[in-house]
Amino acid sequence: MITKVDVEHIGWLASIKIEDDEKDKLVEQFNSILEYFHQLDEVDTEGVEPTYRVVELANIFREDVACPSLSQEEALRNAPRRENGYFKSPRIV
Amino acid sequence: MEDVIIGLEIHVQLNRLRSKMFCGCSTDYHNSEPNSHTCPVCLGLPGSLPVLNKKAVEFGIKVGLALNCTIEEETLFYRKNYYYPDLPKGFQISQYDFPLATRGHIMILGDDGVERDIRINRAHMEEDPGRLVHAGTIDRAKYTMVDYNRCGMPLLEVVTEPDLHSPKEARAFLDKLKSILEYLEVFDGSLEGSMRVDANISLKGGDRTEIKNISGFKGVEKALSYEITRQKNMQRRNIKVVQETRHFDEIRNITVSIRSKVGAHDYRYFPECDLVGLRIASWVPAIKAALPELPDAKRKRFVEQYNLSDDHAKSLTSEIKVANFYEAVAARAPPKLAAVWIADVLKGELNYRDQTVDGFSQEHMAEIVNMLAESKITEDGAVQIIRDLLDGRGSSPDEIVKSKGLGKAKDDVVQKAVREAVAESADAVADYKAGSERALNFIVGVVMKKTRGKASPGEVHKLVKAEVEKM
Repeated sequence: MITKVDVEHIGWLASIKIEDDEKDKLVEQFNSILEYFHQLDEVDTEGVEPTYRVVELANIFREDVACPSLSQEEALRNAPRRENGYFKSPRIV
Repeated sequence: MEDVIIGLEIHVQLNRLRSKMFCGCSTDYHNSEPNSHTCPVCLGLPGSLPVLNKKAVEFGIKVGLALNCTIEEETLFYRKNYYYPDLPKGFQISQYDFPLATRGHIMILGDDGVERDIRINRAHMEEDPGRLVHAGTIDRAKYTMVDYNRCGMPLLEVVTEPDLHSPKEARAFLDKLKSILEYLEVFDGSLEGSMRVDANISLKGGDRTEIKNISGFKGVEKALSYEITRQKNMQRRNIKVVQETRHFDEIRNITVSIRSKVGAHDYRYFPECDLVGLRIASWVPAIKAALPELPDAKRKRFVEQYNLSDDHAKSLTSEIKVANFYEAVAARAPPKLAAVWIADVLKGELNYRDQTVDGFSQEHMAEIVNMLAESKITEDGAVQIIRDLLDGRGSSPDEIVKSKGLGKAKDDVVQKAVREAVAESADAVADYKAGSERALNFIVGVVMKKTRGKASPGEVHKLVKAEVEKM
């Protein structure tokens, strides 16, 4: 069962601010989604290998060749804040 | 220090590759402007898709095999999710279960003087995050600046079991790992940030702390030493060591607590759906067959083939460049004498000048060793020649010998000087006859002065003694 504490934690992990009045609604929705997926538990998977991916493709590569990069100006074009060619971010830690 | 338990996680940049892990951006970003080696893939722009660098996988397998690991038949990438400015996508492409290589070991010299295996838990592939530049120290910075040139660099994370028991053993492990990586030609340790270490450390019975992102081997030793002292002091005062992440402050030489980004179980790993799986079992035999001779094997061969002492063989094989240099010299000059002069003299002179063996000619070294073997120069003269060549005073050993008059005096000249010196030193001869062995040193000194140091002191000593005994 998902609780309000879980919702708050998941919101924090995703860096999303959740208003108090939204939390109860999300608890309800999370639980209903989980319940929906729990239907899968009814399938008998005895002796079935786990599936990590749905396409059978494997070993798709590129060769180790360097190609031109974006210019510094292009790379920084969407940056809200910059300084001396760096992206500027709020203090972390 | 059996009561100290250390495990390491080493992030190795596979920086001999030309392009990044999942995009074509060049790995040659050192000395470049920040954010000048990026593209939509490594900047994590919407809609961009990663494509794996084939050679990065080959390099990873090479390292795995050299660390005596098992290579998984099938392996895949995962997303490791966390928000931090060094990761523009909000997740790092890494591996989780089924890492590339598992359960290996490499040998180090333990503090007890005995060589033993350190177990490797795993080696997995991942992409390097960007580089953060803090305005001030990490715990006091006002803001952070981000350079994504490093983002997406191919990394191999090597994880040891907690088999190390001191900062010195940790250092020995790192030296050995670096040596192997350079032998494999997948890694250049001279580039800044090419190997970064997280260290887990605890005292027996206590909780462990993790020191993150230590760069430089000296840094690892210092950080671990500080952390051992800190934990021991806490134990002494009956304060519990709490499990936490700490940062090593290189300037203040201390570790400081940092708030953990996210707990380990919160990374919400799931398979990277933008990449397909890897089936690599069939690659392994060919890569294994092409592995070069590794440090331990080369050391053993040097002992057998050139009749070297184990210490000399170890010293000559720790760096592939030095090993190759030695073999080139040993092909042209007496191998045993060459080993002594390269391991005991040249390496020291290079270290002192912060130079590598690349800057010294193999031919010159062989010439010097041959002149020594033929007694054409003295040992002091040989050291002088090596120093002059390293410092750019002189173009060849031969030229330096001539211009500085380092040629060893002919035997008859030495013999004449010995006779003269003995004749002039009646007091010293009398002292020797009275039982003072040291009195000979005075006469040797006179001979050295007469021959202006071109004679070998050891030989002169013998000649003087013989001459005096005759009287």
